[in-house]
Amino acid sequence: MRYPQRSPQNGSVNNAIDVVGLVKTFGQTRALDGLNLQVKAGEVHGFLGPNGAGKSTTIRVLLGLLRADAGQVRLLDGDPWSDAVALHRRLAYVPGDVSLWPNLTGGEAIDLLARLRGGLDPAKRETLCERFDLDPSKKGRTYSKGNRQKVALVAALASDVELLILDEPTAGLDPLMEAVFQDCIREVKEAGRTVLLSSHILGQVEKLCDKVSIIRQGVVVESGVLSQMRHLRRTTIEAEVERPVTGLSELAGVHDAHTENSLVRFSVDGEHMDKVIAWLAPHGVRSLISQPPALEELFLRHYGDELATGSDGQRVASGDAGAAR
Amino acid sequence: MTAVSERPGVQVGAPAAAGGPLTGTGTLIKFILRRDRIRIPAWILVITFSLLSVARGLQQAYATAADRQARVEVMDSPVGRAVGGPGIGLDDYTIGAMLSNEFLSFIAIFVALMSVLLFVRHTRAEEETGRAELVRAAVVGRYAVTTAALVVVTVTNLVLGLLVALALASTGEESITVQGSLMYGASLASIGLVFTGIVAVCAQITEYGRSANGIAGALIAVVFVVRAVGDMGGNFLSWLSPIGWAQATRPYVDDRWWPLLVSALVTAVLVAAAFVLSTRRDVGAGLVPPRPGPRQASPLLGTPVGLALRMHRASLLWWGLGLFALGAAYGAFTGEVETFLQDNETFRDIFLQTEGTSFINSWLSSITSPLLAVASFYPVLAIQRMRAEETVGRVEPLLATGLSRARWLGSQVLVVLAGGVIMAVACGLGVGLTSALSAGDGSLMADGLVAALAYLPATWFVVGVAVALLGILPRALGAVWLVVVYGLFMEMTGGLIELPGWVTDLSPFEHIPALPATEFNALPLVLLTVISAGLIALGFVGMRKRDLESN
Repeated sequence: MRYPQRSPQNGSVNNAIDVVGLVKTFGQTRALDGLNLQVKAGEVHGFLGPNGAGKSTTIRVLLGLLRADAGQVRLLDGDPWSDAVALHRRLAYVPGDVSLWPNLTGGEAIDLLARLRGGLDPAKRETLCERFDLDPSKKGRTYSKGNRQKVALVAALASDVELLILDEPTAGLDPLMEAVFQDCIREVKEAGRTVLLSSHILGQVEKLCDKVSIIRQGVVVESGVLSQMRHLRRTTIEAEVERPVTGLSELAGVHDAHTENSLVRFSVDGEHMDKVIAWLAPHGVRSLISQPPALEELFLRHYGDELATGSDGQRVASGDAGAAR
Repeated sequence: MTAVSERPGVQVGAPAAAGGPLTGTGTLIKFILRRDRIRIPAWILVITFSLLSVARGLQQAYATAADRQARVEVMDSPVGRAVGGPGIGLDDYTIGAMLSNEFLSFIAIFVALMSVLLFVRHTRAEEETGRAELVRAAVVGRYAVTTAALVVVTVTNLVLGLLVALALASTGEESITVQGSLMYGASLASIGLVFTGIVAVCAQITEYGRSANGIAGALIAVVFVVRAVGDMGGNFLSWLSPIGWAQATRPYVDDRWWPLLVSALVTAVLVAAAFVLSTRRDVGAGLVPPRPGPRQASPLLGTPVGLALRMHRASLLWWGLGLFALGAAYGAFTGEVETFLQDNETFRDIFLQTEGTSFINSWLSSITSPLLAVASFYPVLAIQRMRAEETVGRVEPLLATGLSRARWLGSQVLVVLAGGVIMAVACGLGVGLTSALSAGDGSLMADGLVAALAYLPATWFVVGVAVALLGILPRALGAVWLVVVYGLFMEMTGGLIELPGWVTDLSPFEHIPALPATEFNALPLVLLTVISAGLIALGFVGMRKRDLESN
């Protein structure tokens, strides 16, 4: 599907989303504790974090539904609280838990949301309903969770907007629909639009996102380009050798080294890779399996409670990740 | 239905060794009591204290036998029978007989309402949110949820009956015997139990908690009117109404137990029917299957006002029809009242306290004011619905579009205010139409309509309080019920017992000139309208400043 091409607004240097030091409290709970988040215009930005980390709260502040207690929040060069209406005409939002009006059909809900935003392309709406295999004539009450999400997705994707804010939009979709969703996001990206995608699904983020921000307990703990983040992480190596390898665990950058007969398994930091391979080579390497770091490891590193306990905890985290695979 | 709620899961306790259809009932009962640890005592205490204050008021107002005898004249008339009861103990009209004759039917409305709301809250409303799925998927028998709700509501009614008996017996009034008080409490509880049975059936038939509440609420009005019509004519119709059965026990006068058997039997049949029906449907589904609807929205739906109309149209229709029918039922007796008054001079002198007005006018205004107090329930329910839309997360996606908070709230409030006008017109037309027909006087049509429309500022005041709370203190929105229930109480008892001016003045409805009996006075109407506008404005300011709350 083709979307009209968009050139970045106001000369491309501006961020579509720019949040600095955002604080939001609910009574005693500090839901957001000095959160920073920058999303460039035209990028697909992954927003990752465990349950209750503050993803939805951040998104609600960005939508002007909640008022920030402290910090600066800019959205499409406007203030999300005071310029809410003008900004909302330029964005579309899909909530994580879609609740539909029980007495409206899915089609009516799509039209309602889109018209309040400023209209939609009927042809695009029709195509999207077909692609997502959605029957718009059913009453809101009779849809399953996945189908309710499809209604919200069709309403958002059929609108001609600059920014899509998606809060775990595919949690109820089956793998086929997940693939359709990913195609749609790629098309949106090609058309130069910006997407903030809050997600739990690592495969989805790996496939779609240019950049990722990881949020934990109300703070963004890491943000950057995925490939760069991986560079910081370790690769797991499994090698079959002719002669026993010794002294491996003393090498700089090597962790969790295990030797079992002719099999050697360890993980190694990216910058020490060449030295370690050179050390291995003289032992007669028969086979070498190298596993690039997966997002799971990034995830576990930031999600696990051992974050605060230092390097020891990190090792536990990556060990778990290996076991999980 | 796969609606997965993110609320904390319900601990349903250790599984029983063998799972019967009632497994888990005990745990569910404890769970309901935990959730309603404030709500249930509040209902019981408010009803008991209202009745106690009525008894005290009667003791003061009717201290002498002469006073009480004067009241017999009023209560022996069709008017008295319509608003009160069938004329219990009029030969020796003691305070106890007054409670029996005039207030049993009235308090019964609130006991029935309590039972209906409590039952639906723990059955159909839970299914609607999807929380019932969590519970039913645990080790919980097929009948456990219904049984637990039934047990809790039944016990609530019994406790209420007992407390009412104790409270009344404690007044020290000679005519209020202990045996009669027990009978009084049991009669009130019997009405609550019949309505528990009625709503248990309603909850199986409809798909939404609101519809079940609506049908049962309409039935409360119907049985009240059927009783009123039966009592007025002194005929069999009273025996078709559960309130009529309760009145037939004649507490403090005859103390008859056997009418309670009728209530018990009917309750048992209804409950059995509810259990049978509950096994014939799926969890979450009603007995009426859903139909497909339009694939696209009509042009109107794309506007905020169009959406508000769509949200409220079903309740507007049903409330309008219900109030029209209620008004028409009372208006139908206008002709009979007129005939009665022409024949009875003593009564004419008592009833006609205002100079220069006719009996018909007094009658019209005395039936219009409680009707309009009931009509003001509509805006309260409508605004509570707006709050429910917010907390369930359906307002969030709307406000994430080009729709501002002010426009959202504005269109909803506009429809609710217009709904208030529709309710007043429905009441007025109902009263006016049947009054004109029964009395053969076409001008009563306009009189009924004007009498009803004069109450609009009071309805707007209720809207104002609700909108202000919605904007500033949304969690306390339920407090607006105090205004309407207090108003209804005053409109129904105000004429019957003498209360200090400030007590009645707290009700917005008291400030409305009782047209056509009294002269038109624009000042209170203008003042109420201005105050209402101010309250609504406060609500808008609050709404603009506060966080949107959704689960």
